[in-house]
Amino acid sequence: MIARRSLLMFAGLFVLFTIIGLFLGAANISLLLVQSFAYALIALGLNIQWGYGGLFNFGIMGMLMLGGAAVTFISYPVNAQFWGSEGPLMLGKALMAFLAGFLLVWAARHADRIGIKGRWKTFVTIIAWIVAYIVYRSQIDPAAAYIETAGGGWVGGLGLHPVLGWLFGGVLAAGVAYVVGKICLGLRTDYLAIATIGISEIIRALLKNMDWLTRGTLTVSPISWPTPIPQDLQAQGVSISDSFIYARLGFLGLVIVILAVAFFLVQRAYGGPWGRMMRAIRDNHIAAGSMGKNVTRRQLEIFVLGSVLMGIGGAMLVSFQQIYDPGAYQPINHTFLIWVMVIVGGAGNNWGAVFGALLIYITWMISDPLSQWLFNNVSNWSTDMGWGAIPEIQSRASQMRVFVLGVVITIALRYAPRGLIPEVVKREA
Amino acid sequence: MNELIFFFNNVVVAGVVLGSIYAVGAIGVTLIFGILRFAHFAHGDMMTMGAFIAFLLAMAATALGITTPIVPTGFLVLPVAMILAAFIALGLDKGFYAPLRKRGARPVTMLIASIGVTLIIQGAIRLFFGSGTYSFFQTEQKQLIRIPVPLEGVTRTINFTQPQLLMVLCTAVAVLALHFFLTRSRLGKAMRAMADNADLAQVSGINTKLVVRVTWIIAGSLAAMAGTMLALDVNLKPDLAFNIVLPIFAAAIVGGLGQSYGAIAGGFLIGFAETLAIFNWSVLLRPIAGALPFELPATLAVVPTEYKLTVAFVILVVVLLWRPTGIFKGASS
Repeated sequence: MIARRSLLMFAGLFVLFTIIGLFLGAANISLLLVQSFAYALIALGLNIQWGYGGLFNFGIMGMLMLGGAAVTFISYPVNAQFWGSEGPLMLGKALMAFLAGFLLVWAARHADRIGIKGRWKTFVTIIAWIVAYIVYRSQIDPAAAYIETAGGGWVGGLGLHPVLGWLFGGVLAAGVAYVVGKICLGLRTDYLAIATIGISEIIRALLKNMDWLTRGTLTVSPISWPTPIPQDLQAQGVSISDSFIYARLGFLGLVIVILAVAFFLVQRAYGGPWGRMMRAIRDNHIAAGSMGKNVTRRQLEIFVLGSVLMGIGGAMLVSFQQIYDPGAYQPINHTFLIWVMVIVGGAGNNWGAVFGALLIYITWMISDPLSQWLFNNVSNWSTDMGWGAIPEIQSRASQMRVFVLGVVITIALRYAPRGLIPEVVKREA
Repeated sequence: MNELIFFFNNVVVAGVVLGSIYAVGAIGVTLIFGILRFAHFAHGDMMTMGAFIAFLLAMAATALGITTPIVPTGFLVLPVAMILAAFIALGLDKGFYAPLRKRGARPVTMLIASIGVTLIIQGAIRLFFGSGTYSFFQTEQKQLIRIPVPLEGVTRTINFTQPQLLMVLCTAVAVLALHFFLTRSRLGKAMRAMADNADLAQVSGINTKLVVRVTWIIAGSLAAMAGTMLALDVNLKPDLAFNIVLPIFAAAIVGGLGQSYGAIAGGFLIGFAETLAIFNWSVLLRPIAGALPFELPATLAVVPTEYKLTVAFVILVVVLLWRPTGIFKGASS
């Protein structure tokens, strides 16, 4: 029954997209499609973490930012001025300082091997942290200052293919997720939520202010596409209006292929013994632990896997928009939006996550023009009534979508707490 | 001496003000967690909403001519704003949380619901007020208080604004009132009992519904107070408290979720940690620069100013790892 219902819902979604497409035109709907499918990949990542594993990750924004930084670094053209300056050498020294500090802290943490125990070990560890921090800062600060002024402004890119950048986005997100998971995964749900939010804010603060690495608020553009961009097609004689549609469709094809591969793998994993184990851990980690499953280890695994998809999705969004602006990332747009997608779609069901992502993204995007239209009508009406018009309709309408998102999740929690396409729990008779 | 006064102005004054705001906000978070067992994310937006209510009231009061030359209008209308915010908090509970509670939803679902409330409040505020910046001091002056130090060779004065002084006084009054409420009144004792063990409290005849209502009244009014204080200290904008809800959670966790006194301590700890971390220590070290083994850079702060908010998270993560229940032992859900 659920299969038939979800088929109907996807058909309804298709009709919705078609109607909106007829209103907005092919160029706009193709743009929305690319972005909504990239969000579907991110929602799939969250669905692994929350739906399969029950991990409360509120740090999605951080993973998306890492993915964006990765694709910028890999695919942006090489900055010859930086490589010709003292910059790389100074950065190398900073890296050495970082490694030295890391070794120092590691050694302090294992100081009990040479007989330093208890309070003394804590003391030694704190001192090691302070020394490591000072050593690192003493190297990175002059390097950053030099690169930003004399060394070409920023590091630049490597000039490689964007798809490599997407992969690197996944790898980078995985690496960071491993460290974050090691630190945080022992925590209970609400503590984990707050800790991951905190870490994503730290990542944002770093990427926003490390001008030598990401150009910070100066933003980086244009970032290259893996598929032909509209200007390439125009050079081949395609008309300007058509070139945008074809170029975006090309990009969309690539995104859908990646989404399909990820979906297939994730879906297979869900059905297999691994998925059953994850659900067991999610539903009762104490019981799963007593059955001999290494709960912390598995949770770390799932945290890293989900973050890989988030990193790739974040990288895709950045290369599609062709601009990396660390200042544009907001918890509402990049963490809560994705949570709403998964909750509304149906946590634990991959079809649900994809459905939720497409539905919520389109709702999110069209609530702006829709409320603008609504406000214009109300404004005309109130002018006719002699009460005067609504001021600043444009900026107010663009804020409407936050309100709509809040209403949507409230309704979903009240009337469909398991989502529109809920998880199907198979039980052996 | 001048350097020490600079330190006092930049660290002690700023830390006390920031700490008061964090503490008042964190009490609300911690009370809700203690009684209802979920992390209430919408607290930051309840603060912003309270600040906007106070702002509207202050505008109305100014228009009606109800002003005093001594106290800024923002403080004058604060009690009314707190009462209104308490009613709104009760309404939010009735509309959004009570139905889920009745269904027996897990704390995690309540947390997600509170994010929905966050989005709704924030969307509504932006809908009415746009995304501009407002100030309580459009018609009146923010008075600066300078206290000269009666020592020879001291030219700097101890500086703070009048709102900052009132803020600290208000916080002290609120904390004392809460202390007497929790320890002396029957209802306050019932609240503490329910925070300790909800089932036991219920079977021993405590009206748990009343306790929940009182919790929302206290949390809502304190949120309005914290938000208004923050808006009086800086500016009023729709995302005023969105960035500050995380340090407040950090404060509540550091103090141990569910512990009112812990929240106050945590608030001041985070407030002082932030101001200490961005303080430029070069100023203090400059008089003894000749005696130092290294050359003194122009700025020597623990972290650059841009990373001020991250200090709270670093403390949070360290506390979570080192003592997950907070400095005072926290409640668990």
